[in-house]
Amino acid sequence: MSRIKSLFERKNKNVLNIYCTAGYPKADSTVRVIRALEKHGADIVELGMPYSDPLADGPVIQQSSTVSLGQGMTIKKLFEQLKDLRTQSNIPLILMGYMNPVIQYGFEKFCADAAAVGVDGLILPDLPEYEFETEYGAIIRKHGLDFIFLVTPETSDDRVHRLDSLSTGFLYAVSSSSTTGSDKNMADAGAYLERLEKMRLRNPVLVGFGIRDRASFQQAGTHANGAIIGTAFVKALQNSDDEERSVREFLAGVL
Amino acid sequence: MKKQTYTTPNEYGYYGSFGGAYIPEMLHRNVEELKTRYLDIINDPSFKKELDELLADYAGRPTPLYLAKRLSAQFGTNIYLKREDLCHTGAHKINNTIGQILLAEKLGKKRIIAETGAGQHGVATATVCALKGIQCIVYMGEKDIERQAPNVARMKMLGATVVPALSGSKTLKDATNEAIRDWINHPDDTHYIIGSVVGPHPYPDMVTLFQSVISKEIRAQLKEKTGTELPSSVVACVGGGSNAAGAFYHFLDEKEVELVAVEAAGLGVNSGQSAATSQLGRPGILHGSKSLLMQTEDGQVVEPHSISAGLDYPGIGPLHAHLFETGRAKFLSATDQEAVEAAFNLAKMEGIIPALESSHALSALTRLSFSKNDHVVVCLSGRGDKDLATYMKYIK
Ligand SMILES: Cc1ncc(COP(=O)(O)O)c(C=O)c1O
Repeated sequence: MSRIKSLFERKNKNVLNIYCTAGYPKADSTVRVIRALEKHGADIVELGMPYSDPLADGPVIQQSSTVSLGQGMTIKKLFEQLKDLRTQSNIPLILMGYMNPVIQYGFEKFCADAAAVGVDGLILPDLPEYEFETEYGAIIRKHGLDFIFLVTPETSDDRVHRLDSLSTGFLYAVSSSSTTGSDKNMADAGAYLERLEKMRLRNPVLVGFGIRDRASFQQAGTHANGAIIGTAFVKALQNSDDEERSVREFLAGVL
Repeated sequence: MKKQTYTTPNEYGYYGSFGGAYIPEMLHRNVEELKTRYLDIINDPSFKKELDELLADYAGRPTPLYLAKRLSAQFGTNIYLKREDLCHTGAHKINNTIGQILLAEKLGKKRIIAETGAGQHGVATATVCALKGIQCIVYMGEKDIERQAPNVARMKMLGATVVPALSGSKTLKDATNEAIRDWINHPDDTHYIIGSVVGPHPYPDMVTLFQSVISKEIRAQLKEKTGTELPSSVVACVGGGSNAAGAFYHFLDEKEVELVAVEAAGLGVNSGQSAATSQLGRPGILHGSKSLLMQTEDGQVVEPHSISAGLDYPGIGPLHAHLFETGRAKFLSATDQEAVEAAFNLAKMEGIIPALESSHALSALTRLSFSKNDHVVVCLSGRGDKDLATYMKYIK
């Protein structure tokens, strides 16, 4: 059974997924951050693979990508960093990124290498449904990886059901129509999350975008299985020279 | 399923292996709305009538097809210039912005966003927004705002808000990212007027259709002047590729017409300071479509260089990638220096100061061979007023 699936069998309320950019704040921070997150209570880690043109991201995550790329981060280096992770950590790990660097690496090789180092799932926001079904989905499955689609308040019920049926692991509910780190408020997301809840989806639902602290995390949990925090955590790591301390302090403010 | 030809992508927006709509879910509803409605709107007789009237009375179409006699003598053939430089606002960009503003009205949108590099598309967008009294926000790289002050002033005078793109390399590619991010953040009331045949499906097709008026006129005008509708060659510069797509469109399925796309070689194709995407790019995904893309081995997008801000883009539209891959169009390039020389030559020989972008197309004439009865059409995509500061550096 996949690590993500067994997590949700154990725990289906207040699941906390933390996003961080690979190779940030320091080139070699990746594994330290993952281990600290696991130790201090996060349930899932979503690791962003930095890209020069991250369309769906706001300034904070963009900046972390720029820093990471400037420090020489590549997908190849990331897999080297993750090589021994599974001897030290069992936390479900998802890679998030944009299609271009992945297809340059070679899509099949990427999936194979990801699976080999113990990655559990992928989020590729600019991989569309049609290309997923005709070309990439089969490769992802062949390597035993989960694939998580996004839905937004603008996504129709029919389409939510379709994307849910294509997803495994969980479904990513973007809380408002925005790029990451916008100041649009979680407060308006209630009706939308309730709508998703009533749809009785196949997959657990995690809410992302706009979750930054205990209050928004709790609020997300009322109609979903948990939440994803990105920008607020990346901010907490800015200029950190003690990742574990930053992680501990940040999680103490959320959990 | 709709059959894909050179002129029409398939229903998923593919020209061969290029195109598609690689967009995050946050853009899905808006792009889907465009995709399901653009053809019906464009083909509606009342839309066509309104578009044709504005193209004629406001943009100044048809633009002349001018037989450049002295230039022809210089190259030993018959060279016709398609005078898009005489369009209102000084370039072909207005053909697309008029079409898209009418479409935005039909979609009930109240807010327009656009990206711009040199400012030509920004000005053309600000212009049609003023014409329609619609709010206009133009994203422009911070570096380009410094380099293109007169066009920034024009946009402001036309009532547009110019927002500096501060991310990445602070040029056209980043302005496009910022426009797309704006669209993600304003899903209800906003239409994005993209400036070239790039972006997710249906943009490449839609912009091509709005620019196809160029080749429609060329056919009719050439017939009137020479008795034949088909030129031997059509030559156009390619940034994203909208003037070229428009100039090629009605000849794409006419195999005997040679299509020549001219990219910006910058300081030289292999100098590391170039924008010759077909030579330097590999298949990749940027701004929502799969095409040829200048990038590092790791798939990070590379910042191109050209003396001409309008050609300073690391990709080309998927139609052009397909024309390149299939060999249907010949791809040439011109360096900064060669383009400037071609501009000065046209000024002296014909009394026309071309845009730096168009000068790349003119420069390719020196690398093509002609016979004396050929009819060669060069798309003169824009006028050189905006480039005077650059040209002044070369005046001795
Ligand atoms: C005069 C002129 N020609 C050509 C271009 C390049 O764009 P495209 O390749 O879409 O025609 C521009 C872009 O700014 C332009 O201003």
